[in-house]
Amino acid sequence: MAGLSFDLIALQLFAGLALGAIYVLFAIGLSLIFGMLTVVNFAHGAFYMVGAYVGLYLISIGGNFWTCLIAVPIVIGLFGLAVERVLIRPLYGRGIDYPLLLTFGLSYVMVECVRIAFGKTGYPFDTPEVLQGAVDIGVGYFPLYRLFVIGATAVVLLALWLFLEKTSFGLIIRAGARDPQIVRVLGVDVSRVWLIVFGIGTAIAGFAGLLAAPLQGVIPEMGGTILAEAFVVTVVGGMGSIGGAVLAGLLVGVVVSMTSLFAPEMAKVSIFALMAIVLIVRPQGFFGRAGLMS
Amino acid sequence: MTKKVAKAGSISRRRLLTTASAGAVLAVSPFRINLLQAEEAPIKIGFPVPLTGPYGAEAQDQVRAGQLAVAQFNDAGGLNGRKAELVVRDDKLNPGEAATRTLELVEKEKVNFVVGSLSAAVQLAINNVTKERGVIFNSISQSDAINEAADFSKFTFHEALNPHMTSGAVGRYAFAKFGKKVAFLTADYAYGHEMVRGFLEVGKEFNIENLGDIRHPLGTTDFSTLLPRLQALKPDILCISNFGRDQQIALKQATDFGIKKSIQIIAPLLSHASRVAAGPQAFEGVVGGCSFYWGIEDKFASTKAFNDAFRKMYDGKLPTDYGALGYGGVRTVLEAVKGAGSVETDKVVAALEALKYDYYKGPQYYRKCDHQSVQSVLVIKSKSKDMKNESDVFEVLSTEEPNEKYLRTCEALGHKS
Repeated sequence: MAGLSFDLIALQLFAGLALGAIYVLFAIGLSLIFGMLTVVNFAHGAFYMVGAYVGLYLISIGGNFWTCLIAVPIVIGLFGLAVERVLIRPLYGRGIDYPLLLTFGLSYVMVECVRIAFGKTGYPFDTPEVLQGAVDIGVGYFPLYRLFVIGATAVVLLALWLFLEKTSFGLIIRAGARDPQIVRVLGVDVSRVWLIVFGIGTAIAGFAGLLAAPLQGVIPEMGGTILAEAFVVTVVGGMGSIGGAVLAGLLVGVVVSMTSLFAPEMAKVSIFALMAIVLIVRPQGFFGRAGLMS
Repeated sequence: MTKKVAKAGSISRRRLLTTASAGAVLAVSPFRINLLQAEEAPIKIGFPVPLTGPYGAEAQDQVRAGQLAVAQFNDAGGLNGRKAELVVRDDKLNPGEAATRTLELVEKEKVNFVVGSLSAAVQLAINNVTKERGVIFNSISQSDAINEAADFSKFTFHEALNPHMTSGAVGRYAFAKFGKKVAFLTADYAYGHEMVRGFLEVGKEFNIENLGDIRHPLGTTDFSTLLPRLQALKPDILCISNFGRDQQIALKQATDFGIKKSIQIIAPLLSHASRVAAGPQAFEGVVGGCSFYWGIEDKFASTKAFNDAFRKMYDGKLPTDYGALGYGGVRTVLEAVKGAGSVETDKVVAALEALKYDYYKGPQYYRKCDHQSVQSVLVIKSKSKDMKNESDVFEVLSTEEPNEKYLRTCEALGHKS
């Protein structure tokens, strides 16, 4: 196909970064929970999906998109707290596969419940009016809403970074991830820390689901595809590393975008090819700590 | 007195236990099959469709309308009092799953006929099973391959349109009107490939210029990396050949990218259920084809009757395109059963071949050589304003009347004439 120009390549690169922002937002919650709790949360996609449905429901009863941006993470976060307290907590201290299997089953239960409550068919989710349409970004037109998603991702990342690095609670979380036993000896209630981390992780998943809804509509199975892609992102970035998830998310977005330009048939495979290459060269991923899984 | 009652109670309990255990033994024994095979056993129609997955919305409509055809048959007295029954299975849009479910329908459920499928690829897997077992299969989903000699068998019928007819009708309308420079965005499997082949075939008559064909895997949720390239090709027409949720998302994101400002989007098929699921904004102004739209009820009494029956059964809801196919697929088989006076395969095949019918969309018949239903194709445009009800989503732009000249010839398909 002819028509390759500098503008197109630049636009394609930008589209890749925008796509990467969505991966990042989804993967940081996954990575946060794994890094701190060593729980591989297979229900992350389901929390994401429920986030979109909660948004849909709130709008149907008179809310708007902007209030949802606040309300959805709170609702999903509270739901996450309940899941941690009731289901995950009894499994701490057992093998890594216990919470993995539990969350895997939980994701099926959540998807099925949503199917019962809202039906198997999807729903449209309109882009908020002020964010509709495309704007000229210098190299071509790009949807305004996707720019907003990039901005929202940056805000979440900044808030998370400030929380973890600049608050005393963040310090406890980081210490708890390094060595929970010493933290416990120092008189800190580690289980409370883990509870809150799980809540934050799921809240971000719900937030990501809400942001994804205007891009693709809402359907019970929407968490499935992105979960597979997000696992690639966390593995490439290094399991448990938030910085790694950010870098890997953007990289995966750009790799998908660039293969789409030159060989669209290969776009889906390219993600996994990237993962294979990274794992051969650096088995723990970009910023992963070796031995976290063992 | 109390003693007596207690005694009677204990006997009935014992009797209950005996009956129940006898029932249980019967249920697992091979006798059961013989009992069910008796004259009064229902006529079973296996119905494998992708209830979950990207085509779920359409598949549920197929089931609803299929149930209506069965209910009408039963209300009219069935086959001399013998009732029909729809045995629905979820094929999950997966050829392997569909083959297993179909085999199960044939072997375990002992279905008399199979109607269903919603995928150009999956229906071939179903057809492989039914062909081998000598069971009639009426496919209600688009495919060109199913007409071809390699896949065809005398048990294979095709109630749906095929891609050649559909893209032909849409292409003849669009290429004359919107321009000659065409770019394609295509789902990378049989459906998409067959549609593009059809568009390029009809495009020869109009001297269209093919600027490029970008293919995406089935079940894609983000098209943002494909759209800038398509936009840069500067086509007059962007032809998006995908279906179900893929179509919903592709059209939504193409709208977000502002593609509709300078480019006319066409699709071989515009699905009613997808249009409802995605909302008016995403589909606004898109032109495509379909096999059925409830709005043709002014034109055909059969459409009016079908719409009314459907409304009555489903609280005022109107049938969709794929719903109508579910109805047509099941009804033709049951009418043939009535005509043949039997469920014997050979007699029903002969009755289907002889059928000249008008059940929901005007006159139709199965062509002798490939059992393709010769029928009209509607060219429609999505509405975004002046909608009278929630089903008022399309405007019919033109109708291509049923004519064998719009089908590939029997010789071209490899059939001996």
